[in-house]
Amino acid sequence: MDLSAINPVLLIASLMVAATPLLFAAIGELVVEKSGVLNLGVEGMMIIGAVAGFATAVETGSPLLGFVAAAGAGATLSVLFAILTQYAQANQVASGLSLTLFGLGMSALLGQSYVGIKPPQMQKIDLPLLSDLPVVGPILFGHDPMLYVAIALIVAVWAVIKFSRIGLVLRAVGENHDAAHALGYKVVRIRIMAILFGGACAGLGGAYISLIRVPQWTEGMTAGIGWIALALVVFASWKPWRVLLGAYLFGGVTVVQLNLQAAGVAIPVEYLAMSPYLITILVLVILSADKSSAPAALGRNFHAAR
Amino acid sequence: MIRLEKRPQPSRAWSLATPLLAVLATMIAGGLLFAALGKDPVEAIRTIFWEPLFGEFAFYYRPQLLVKGAPLVLIAIGLSLGFKAGIWNIGAEGQYIIGALFGAGVGLAFYPAEAWYIFPLMVIAGGLGGWIWAMIPAFLKVRFGTNEILVSLMLVYVAEQFLASMSLGLLKNPEGHGFPGSRNLQQYDSAHNADLIAGSGMHWGVVAALIAVIFAYVLLNRHITGYHIRLTGEAPRAARFAGVNPTRLILFCLGTSGMLAGLAGMFEVSGPSGQVSIDFNVGYGFTAIIVAFLGRLHPVGILLAGGLMALTYIGGDIAQSNLQLPSAAIQVFQGMLLFFLLAFDLLTNFRLSLGKPEVA
Repeated sequence: MDLSAINPVLLIASLMVAATPLLFAAIGELVVEKSGVLNLGVEGMMIIGAVAGFATAVETGSPLLGFVAAAGAGATLSVLFAILTQYAQANQVASGLSLTLFGLGMSALLGQSYVGIKPPQMQKIDLPLLSDLPVVGPILFGHDPMLYVAIALIVAVWAVIKFSRIGLVLRAVGENHDAAHALGYKVVRIRIMAILFGGACAGLGGAYISLIRVPQWTEGMTAGIGWIALALVVFASWKPWRVLLGAYLFGGVTVVQLNLQAAGVAIPVEYLAMSPYLITILVLVILSADKSSAPAALGRNFHAAR
Repeated sequence: MIRLEKRPQPSRAWSLATPLLAVLATMIAGGLLFAALGKDPVEAIRTIFWEPLFGEFAFYYRPQLLVKGAPLVLIAIGLSLGFKAGIWNIGAEGQYIIGALFGAGVGLAFYPAEAWYIFPLMVIAGGLGGWIWAMIPAFLKVRFGTNEILVSLMLVYVAEQFLASMSLGLLKNPEGHGFPGSRNLQQYDSAHNADLIAGSGMHWGVVAALIAVIFAYVLLNRHITGYHIRLTGEAPRAARFAGVNPTRLILFCLGTSGMLAGLAGMFEVSGPSGQVSIDFNVGYGFTAIIVAFLGRLHPVGILLAGGLMALTYIGGDIAQSNLQLPSAAIQVFQGMLLFFLLAFDLLTNFRLSLGKPEVA
């Protein structure tokens, strides 16, 4: 075992990469849950995004178009969830699960001919001087653009929810849909917009895995990251900044565990690999005592003519 | 303009008709999908639904129906109890794996001794393994209020890693020339879950599934616990006033479903699949969720739904070899089924009416 081979600067830089898919998926789901809807289909929307993004990037040669397609695919899948829960009044838990089951199958089907291909690479942002700085350079300035998009998205969602009228309406719908309806807000329409946004974000997160983090397509490659994103929203107490914190914490666990595997620590690989899931459970336990910050109408369906 | 009016009572007729409608709609949508893949849709649907039952080689496929259906029914029965009460065990796949590991572990511990009590002990161990694994989310929920959906799901990934480590380590076949995976229990008489009537597909897991169906039916219709489960699902507040103890209900529902999933895993590993290997689990724990809903969370419905889902597995295999239909297409097909079912459920709880909304 050789721990000295682990470079802390690279560790932090790769931690940020590992956290980015989670950032995308979790911030999207945060908005969905703020509107009072619980979409358990994140894993399914992510994997659809992963395969759509990968296929598009390979076919067009443009990773950027890949990300656009991934957001579109995630949002398209979420339309099904929106129809089921907002119009057909289906149970949100069951609908979310069906999204995941369907997404896993569909992605395997679509991705068949893409196994073993390398996707086109996304150019890293290269700021001369800045990215050459020791320590700070690789951590802050040496990444691909999508990583910064994810962080910008967190800031944007935070600002919109906290300061804008849209954010206020979103929260109103999530806290008390009957009152919001009485005030004349279109509950169903607002929720559908939120669901679509969440789907697009999950799609981006999935594409980040298949295009940048792992750069390849394998069946079921999201491996539970969508579910961890759901846990992250609970962890963050529905606050955007804490999504960032939580995602980096989790990215840290993932990266450290991978580094320990590479360094040949005496613990078997499988036990290291299960650590992110165990830590997620642990974090959920610690934070589950406080449910006060959850949107009050979370998971409840709204039907106007009751 | 189409409006929805909530029915005072869910319609019984629609509740029975919607699964059939969903199957029909899935056939149509699936046919379109198969056509998009360049296959003859009619031929594909016929292959999936007709060939295993009445085709030329049906004598071979019909026993498979029991083999594939039994674990699905066993797991789905357990899940349905919780689902009815709003307790969501999504981690049956993990409980299935741990049950298989416990069962196989006990069997392999006795190797090569032959004795009548080995198989019963394995059954107990399998059920216990699944029960323990389900007790983790159950305990965390009742003690700390932790979300059981996320915890039970995380534990699936933990269980998968555990399975990998066991088939590479402790349970690895010492005579396996270094390949991962345990000894084959099919070649170890005392631990083999063989067909009760040779070639029928009828093994102990099928018997257990039938017992579970009867048990669940009696429980739900004749027993106070079943009443509490239904009451909690339909009116949680009323349930509390009626003296339902939520803690006990959570422990019971999650524990029972975990135990049944563990049993399913144990019967599978000691029978049809035969050995513990890295990817021995094939997603029955997740497909059982579809089975539970398709069966309307009703024991008899689940029995029928399990048969139907087994049919799609077997028919899918046939379509894969005869028509080169990708195996993932069947997974999509099953996912669609759940979609349509949830969508058509609308008709059970609401009445569609045409015309402008009246001002009340």
